[in-house]
Amino acid sequence: MTETAKETKVVFERPHSLLPVVTNYCPGCTHGIVNRLVAETMDELDIEGKTVGIAPVGCSVMCYDFFGCDMIEAAHGRAPAVATAVKRVLGPDSVVFAYQGDGDLASIGMAETVHAATRGEHITIIFINNAIYGMTGGQMAPTSLPNQVTQTSPYGRDVSTAGYPIRVCELLSSLDGVAYLERVTVDTPANIRKAKKAIKKAFQNQVDGVGYSLVEVVATCPTNWGMTPQDAFKWMRENMLPYYPLGVYKDVVADGYANAAEAAAARAADCPIASGSQGGAQ
Amino acid sequence: MAEKVLMKGNEVLAEAALRAGCRFFFGYPITPQTELAAYMSKRMPKVGGTYLQAESEVAAINMVYGAAAAGARVMTSSSSPGISLKGEGVSYMAGADLPGVIINVQRGGPGLGGIQPSQSDYWQATRALGHGDFQMIVFAPSTVQEMADCAFDAFDAADKYRMPVMILADGMLGQMMEPVKLPEPRESAPEKPWATTGHQNKRAHNIVNSLYLQAEDLERYNRERFERYDYIKEHEQRAEEYLVEDADIVIVAFGASARVARSAVMSAREKGIKAGLIRPITLWPFPTKTIEAACSHAKHFLSVEMNMGQMVDDVRLAVNGRVPVHFFGRTGGVIPTPPEVLAEIEKLNGKAGE
Amino acid sequence: MATQSMVLAGFGGQGILFAGKLIAYAGLIEGREVSWLPSYGPEMRGGTANCSVTLSDEAIGSPLVVEPMVLMALNQPSLDKFVNAVLPDGIILADSAMVPNIPEVDGVKVCALPATTMAEEAGLKGLANVIMVGRLFAETGFCKRETLDAAIEKCVPPKKAAMIEKNKQALEIGIQSAQ
Repeated sequence: MTETAKETKVVFERPHSLLPVVTNYCPGCTHGIVNRLVAETMDELDIEGKTVGIAPVGCSVMCYDFFGCDMIEAAHGRAPAVATAVKRVLGPDSVVFAYQGDGDLASIGMAETVHAATRGEHITIIFINNAIYGMTGGQMAPTSLPNQVTQTSPYGRDVSTAGYPIRVCELLSSLDGVAYLERVTVDTPANIRKAKKAIKKAFQNQVDGVGYSLVEVVATCPTNWGMTPQDAFKWMRENMLPYYPLGVYKDVVADGYANAAEAAAARAADCPIASGSQGGAQ
Repeated sequence: MAEKVLMKGNEVLAEAALRAGCRFFFGYPITPQTELAAYMSKRMPKVGGTYLQAESEVAAINMVYGAAAAGARVMTSSSSPGISLKGEGVSYMAGADLPGVIINVQRGGPGLGGIQPSQSDYWQATRALGHGDFQMIVFAPSTVQEMADCAFDAFDAADKYRMPVMILADGMLGQMMEPVKLPEPRESAPEKPWATTGHQNKRAHNIVNSLYLQAEDLERYNRERFERYDYIKEHEQRAEEYLVEDADIVIVAFGASARVARSAVMSAREKGIKAGLIRPITLWPFPTKTIEAACSHAKHFLSVEMNMGQMVDDVRLAVNGRVPVHFFGRTGGVIPTPPEVLAEIEKLNGKAGE
Repeated sequence: MATQSMVLAGFGGQGILFAGKLIAYAGLIEGREVSWLPSYGPEMRGGTANCSVTLSDEAIGSPLVVEPMVLMALNQPSLDKFVNAVLPDGIILADSAMVPNIPEVDGVKVCALPATTMAEEAGLKGLANVIMVGRLFAETGFCKRETLDAAIEKCVPPKKAAMIEKNKQALEIGIQSAQ
């Protein structure tokens, strides 16, 4: 802590887990807000020293330079696989998170995403959904909305040829390995506080051994959407939030279970082999 | 002294890896390496290690990347088509200077190819298993005993040079049983102060990364890595020589085909033909020194491979025009026979006198 | 003793690979060089199976036996496939209960014995393969007699210890069949 003069009071400062460096994010980008919320969480849970973060490929590719914890840069889409192994090596006392965008998590890395979730890896995923590939200059993402114009859907996303966007929280909510899923946004101070609460819970779940947790942050990309930051939030509220409703999509603790494993066992109670009441098949 | 046991090559690779301190294995089923993964799945839980069947080869190699970043001795295994999928992660490991062992129990290709033994991934292993400027150390065992021994060497080299190391086997070596004396277990993984293990508020944060957006930075790192490669080329070349000293016809063959070639050399000697065998044990670095030395007396080199002619490129580079270099191979999973190789030797012997 | 190269062949499930392993272990126990190479792939899933076994006093080159001195055939397709590959002065052992057409081959000794029937009659169902190994021993003496019993003790997993005696019995039946 810095020494402060008696008459001044610190009301806002950089979290320790966020390094004093300049980020590569565009003006108005929501990554900065979410990076900060993750760092605040690490500070508040006092876990920076035992945390390993996995950076994705995309706009947040260089967040390994921003977070104060140990960081690994993963190949595009592979962060959940990397996180899986790191957690297995370092054990339950460590904290491992992956920070991924929509192309990384829901397109090229969908297999890794689904399988890390269904294995119930004790990891935390922070998922930034801004419906576009930002780093490469604004191409169609797996979460781009129907009729959304992007560099590679210049006439608008035509669902008859490009298919439909993926609702990640809804998709993962069917998996037994998942403990907690919530979709939040960061357009207003109130929503930022809600997002912080969700992110903190997703990390706390890992510390408590509750299971796989993912927070989806519906976000903006003013640069590639071609809008001012305020117009981008307006567009997001009008178009993205109806398609990607905010809220909790799974929470095994709220459902009365201690962890994902307990919830999964209850769901499979009528299956003799799954419930362990019968020997395994040979 | 440990008793000799009969074991399959695949199982020996697994057991030797465990004895070399490997406690993390990530794989995906594919013939003909399946026994290796199955052995790991049985043994890992008993030694407090992790066996994880990944959702794909791509995920498996990226798990290797993660475990290596966290400081573990880690391994994956597959066969040719699966190794192609691992190319991504191997390139990232090279770029991030991460140690790890990759086993390829080769089968015929390209494409789905076949499941019978092959050596058609020589180029892939020694040239370009993934994008970018990089190399892997590649061991090519020829017996089940050597598979056991080189598993230790592979982990040690990976840690010493901080790079991916491949053991290039094939379906024949993986499936066959031979007597083997398993090496004594060893706890010898070195300290890895660069690993991302959580800094425990005691040091600056570690970063494992292969991204350098400034061209000059990337060039500098690549040059540094290649200086390491030069050192490896100087110090890690390995080959076995069999009756090479006075040989007119020097066969170069590795792995399974070296066994066939050795039988052919014996038959040739019985017929009074001065044949010999150089068997590269490391394919990268290629044992150029051994080849160069044989150029002083060899009249012909003959590269014998289970492919359409891949290592022969390296033989030619090492021979550098001093002596004619020939190739004989079977491919697609066909194993050459000693009489076939002998016939090639006899053909060259006829030429030698001309 | 010179190099002995063998091909053992039959249907999957007849214990071809086990018989090969037994012979290989006998070689190992006597301190010889040994290799055992199975066919693999679709054969494993119910088709034909075969394995190459080599015992030698010198380092073994190719473990794939193309021209065997010994062919042990437990079904007709296997006999037909390898019969012409057997070296002169070699030997063919065929389970005549499973192989109806056993040809004469010039310069090759052919031993036919109904091993499957013999096993069933002795209450040793499934051990025709070991009876065949016993007969192979009687014909070729590829190892010492006591080594065979030791090899069985090595090859039968500890949790199937009850099978050790039955295997030894089957060996003896095979050996006696040569009398």
